[in-house]
Amino acid sequence: MSSNLETMCSMCGAGKQSDYFNIDWRSSSWNLVVVIGAAIGGFVAAHLLSNDTAVAIATETVAELENLGFKSAGNAYLPEQLFGFEALNNFKSLSILIIGGLLIGFGARYAAGCTSGHAISGLSNLQLPSLIAVIGFFIGGLVMVHLLFPIIF
Amino acid sequence: MKRTAGYLFVGIFFGIVMYKSEAASWFRIYEMFRFDAFHMYGIIGSALILGVIGVQLIKRMNLKSFTGEPIKIASKERGFKKYFFGGIIFGLGWALAGACPGPIYTLIGAGYVSLLVVLAGALGGAFLYGLLRKHLPH
Repeated sequence: MSSNLETMCSMCGAGKQSDYFNIDWRSSSWNLVVVIGAAIGGFVAAHLLSNDTAVAIATETVAELENLGFKSAGNAYLPEQLFGFEALNNFKSLSILIIGGLLIGFGARYAAGCTSGHAISGLSNLQLPSLIAVIGFFIGGLVMVHLLFPIIF
Repeated sequence: MKRTAGYLFVGIFFGIVMYKSEAASWFRIYEMFRFDAFHMYGIIGSALILGVIGVQLIKRMNLKSFTGEPIKIASKERGFKKYFFGGIIFGLGWALAGACPGPIYTLIGAGYVSLLVVLAGALGGAFLYGLLRKHLPH
């Protein structure tokens, strides 16, 4: 799912800056079709297949998030303070979205795969490199949630 | 054309599953990293069980694709550092923005405009990796 990031960089001429993007993006344009589908799927699921999109997370999780200042915990699909319209005017929220995106894009291409490529497809094919990557995903995620969240939020 | 329609269908199905299973929810990812619920582990675990069975069936029965070609699943390149360090960086982003690359598109489709910012960041991150690649341990 993350190879489309590479394809888009190549389409936009990133090959001039780095050989890494010097690929024939037309041959990997299939991954753009898949992500267009993923977006259509999101539209269909949210607008045609859902009545209430609130996510019923565990009560301990709600309590912990309220401590951190997330008021929408348990009542929304995404936290309002990070993804709501007003959040786009807030320097801190905007920085979190951009930095989160940078880490996702950089890490996924460095590890040559994301959750779908390693945790699902790679492990399904019993690949040791994928297990290493998934262990990395969890180290990163646990550090973020347990050590960095109390500092950030 | 048939091929493109296939990719589109897979994408749409993926998007619906990501949204409806709530794997695209920031809250579920936070809950997963706190080990407060089985939810995300159930999604990943059931996908994995089906995946392992599917891959084994394809390999042992030499199944062909819809277009009649043999299915080849490339092995991952050997290595440690790129998977480990790349994985940690990805995990930090996964927990912070609460989305992995696929659900970013699903959420944009669902109408969460702010995910466009995350997508811009992710494209920037991929570009940055391309620039710094030669200087990183792999």
